[in-house]
Amino acid sequence: MDLNSLTIDGARSAIASREVTATALAEAFYDKIAKEDGAIGAYLTLCKDRALAKAAAIDALAEKGEPLPPLAGVPVGIKDVLTTRGIRTTAGSKILENFIPPYTCTAVARLEEAGAVVLGKMNCDEFAMGSSNENSAYHPVRNPRDTSRVPGGSSGGSAAAVAAGTAIATLGTDTGGSIRQPASLCGVVGLKPTYGRVSRYGLIAFASSLDHIGPLTRSVKDAALVLRTMAGRDPMDSTSAELPVPDYVAELDKPVRGLRIGVAKEYFEEGLDAEVRSSVEAAIQALAGLGCEVVPVSLPHTAYAIPTYYIVATAEASSNLARFDGVRYGYRSKNAATLSDMYRRSRDQGFGAEVKRRIMLGTYALSAGYYDAYYLKAQQVRTLLTRDFDEAFKKVDVIAAPTSPTVAFRLGEKSNDPLAMYLADVYTVTANLAGIPGISLPCGENHEKLPIGLQLFGRHFDEATVLRVAHAYEQTRSAQSGVQ
Amino acid sequence: MATTPSISTAARAKYEPIIGLEVHVQLLTASKIFCSCSTQFGAPPNTNVCPVCLGLPGALPVLNRKVVEFATLAAMALQCRINETSIFSRKNYFYPDLPKGYQISQFDKPLAELGFLVIQSANGPKRIGITRLHVEEDAGKSLHEGFAGAADSTAIDLNRSGVPLIEIVSEPDIATADEAYQYLTALKEIILYTGVSDCNMEEGSLRCDANVSVRPVGQEKFGTKAEVKNVNSFRFIKEAIEYEIERQIEVIESGGKVAQETRLYNSVEGKTYSMRSKEQAHDYRYFPEPDLLPLVVDEKWQAEIRATLPELPEARRQRMVTEYGITPQDAAVLTETRALADQFESAAKAAKNPKRVANLVQSELMGRLKAKGLDIEHSPVSMAGVAASADLVESGAISGKMLKDLYNLCFERGQDFLQVYDEAGRPEQSRDTSALEKIIEEVMAANPKQLEQYRAGKKTVIAFFVGQVMKASKGQANPQMVNELLARKLATKLNS
Repeated sequence: MDLNSLTIDGARSAIASREVTATALAEAFYDKIAKEDGAIGAYLTLCKDRALAKAAAIDALAEKGEPLPPLAGVPVGIKDVLTTRGIRTTAGSKILENFIPPYTCTAVARLEEAGAVVLGKMNCDEFAMGSSNENSAYHPVRNPRDTSRVPGGSSGGSAAAVAAGTAIATLGTDTGGSIRQPASLCGVVGLKPTYGRVSRYGLIAFASSLDHIGPLTRSVKDAALVLRTMAGRDPMDSTSAELPVPDYVAELDKPVRGLRIGVAKEYFEEGLDAEVRSSVEAAIQALAGLGCEVVPVSLPHTAYAIPTYYIVATAEASSNLARFDGVRYGYRSKNAATLSDMYRRSRDQGFGAEVKRRIMLGTYALSAGYYDAYYLKAQQVRTLLTRDFDEAFKKVDVIAAPTSPTVAFRLGEKSNDPLAMYLADVYTVTANLAGIPGISLPCGENHEKLPIGLQLFGRHFDEATVLRVAHAYEQTRSAQSGVQ
Repeated sequence: MATTPSISTAARAKYEPIIGLEVHVQLLTASKIFCSCSTQFGAPPNTNVCPVCLGLPGALPVLNRKVVEFATLAAMALQCRINETSIFSRKNYFYPDLPKGYQISQFDKPLAELGFLVIQSANGPKRIGITRLHVEEDAGKSLHEGFAGAADSTAIDLNRSGVPLIEIVSEPDIATADEAYQYLTALKEIILYTGVSDCNMEEGSLRCDANVSVRPVGQEKFGTKAEVKNVNSFRFIKEAIEYEIERQIEVIESGGKVAQETRLYNSVEGKTYSMRSKEQAHDYRYFPEPDLLPLVVDEKWQAEIRATLPELPEARRQRMVTEYGITPQDAAVLTETRALADQFESAAKAAKNPKRVANLVQSELMGRLKAKGLDIEHSPVSMAGVAASADLVESGAISGKMLKDLYNLCFERGQDFLQVYDEAGRPEQSRDTSALEKIIEEVMAANPKQLEQYRAGKKTVIAFFVGQVMKASKGQANPQMVNELLARKLATKLNS
């Protein structure tokens, strides 16, 4: 049995049937990390003692023949913007280099309660700001499919680890595509749930109204399993929804015949790589082959999504990142004479270039005299974008689109061109602005064997249908190509 | 005392001050506004804290329902319109004791607007508008002394971070420093009646900033305002405003321009000092707080809160005057706190003569309580005791002097009136009229002029005789008996 290529289900049943212990499974992953992660750089911090203690507890349960929780012994990685009590949490930033949180993020706590074994913390763009993982203050992450290329971002480490087999599943965060785009570029499944579906408590905020926590996994079913574990009301997050959580796993096998798949022309225009286009179109045809009805829809405000996103996101970021001031925790510049000097130097030295760029953009957008023209206008456009989706979802059940306009690009290719980098999110930011669920799953490869992702959007809180369609497509594709 | 610049009365009369007040009131909830930490005052530094009020990354605010109820109750007591939907906003600025780098407050959609209260100004009752009442969190506290290393560093105590506040902003309807004082007094009284705050200025649970400007009489446009901060008593606010009015007039009279700025009041010197000018002022970059949903206080919830609204001081005073036949002055004193008014009313209802209870509470009880540093709830003499003692005086069973002696015993022993009265063997004042008649004869003999006036028909002179008799009896005489005997004696003089 290749332990490193197990899915969640596979790992759990192997442990339940005593084919393997949780301890051995965790050790196998740490071995692989030791051997291979040096070239990838997906992990920032490992917590082996803690993980092995947790695995031993699962093994003790299994030995007694007691029922195992749903993620028993599953080795997972956690994006380093999610707080973990007692484990250093850096958000990929120098400013939090030595920050050890006194509390655990709700989503992580729920995974651990369900038996998951946290291997370590995943590298990411600093404060989740980036689309290539080159903005990590520590080191970039490389794409396991081609180490000269980026894994995407900002959850680059989370995607790369799943692709490289150094974690079975990981948690990422998605503010403008940061789960789905790296999932697409690394050839794994990445799910951004509806806003409010998963508690944000313990997610180090980038843009509070756009931030989401979601899973990166090897299969759609694994994504459903992780979501089922994390989802649901959390009294610690006022924006988490008071709605029942469906059994996403049980819903997967419902037939998709008759479901209407929307295709919006705005997602297939200029800037879309030809191979990505044909691969995504083929995937839509495959869904039609399963009995889905393909329906053209229009999302007319799509063109405004990127500027809208970069105003709302940076405005919120400028406020969210104000707390990193060197006063109570985090990096403090030593050579400051006055308080304001300490603030300036600590933040100048503690934050990276992209973070500072976004703080400045956001501060500007919120300034007196500019608020109405920028922030307020952006919120109004956001409402229009959301209405676009509401209208479209009157006609269709799911909308299919590419996740990323291109396959994985090379390290350094866009890092000096912020605008080109921002356009990497052109197909993903809309779901964050509208708060609707979106998933990216592999739908092919280009001529260089680089993965291409299919993106599916659904109605608010209708992850079940998104997952069901994704699962059906995944089954067809693996049956056709023999790909697992 | 404020040392005011020397401007002439004539110069003073040319200008009209415009004053608006911003008052922060801490709500008496057990836990903070966005987390479950205790709000207890005086705990060791940084012990009432958690990831939320420390502003740790990833922590999120969750609104305390009690805060909304208290704030709404205060808004209702101040006659405000409650906005069914209000919005929390972030007020962004850097300060060491502000852990998130922003304060969660309310900006363009506050909880309540358009209220008012009535003050007693020099020209009679005056209505002062309340622009808005909003909810916000308090910041922490910078400590400059009282810890190791205080000589060369500042420490931060975040116990106060996240303590719930309401900010009450008045309309610029206040015309004098005295009106400002009256406004604050009335506001405090109303808030105390609602019970949502203790309004304790020493502990910072009531804080006030004043916006002051002056304009030439007859000019419509407001003058440039200065904001006076850091004033920690009502008296100082009055002084600071008075100083600021005169300072601004002096600036204008000497050809200068008033700067828009924040000024701090130094109560020792009685002067205000410039803190920062508006050019250096913050742009707070307000925007709606994305971590909180809009606050909805729907009709049903409003009705529930309104049902808990107590009778407010002004209405209560009017009712008490009518119901108990006491004077407006008595009512003003007896409604100073809700507890005092409650206690008075329970005694007034139990006693035969409410007016006597009103007098007794003011003349015998309040002074003794004050001397002992007790509040009315901790009075050794219960309201039943007050009522009983009032009835004993009323019936003539005991004299005023005896009552005083019995009350002294009550306060010495910490015992209630009836217990002390019983233990003293239920004393009664002498019913022997002969001694009193003798005194009356003497007083009449000693005051022939007044007796003549009485004979001439000036009946009011009887009060003079009563006073003289009481004095001669050293307060021992039963006033009722004095009145009766005097009336009889004087009647005989009239006929003689």
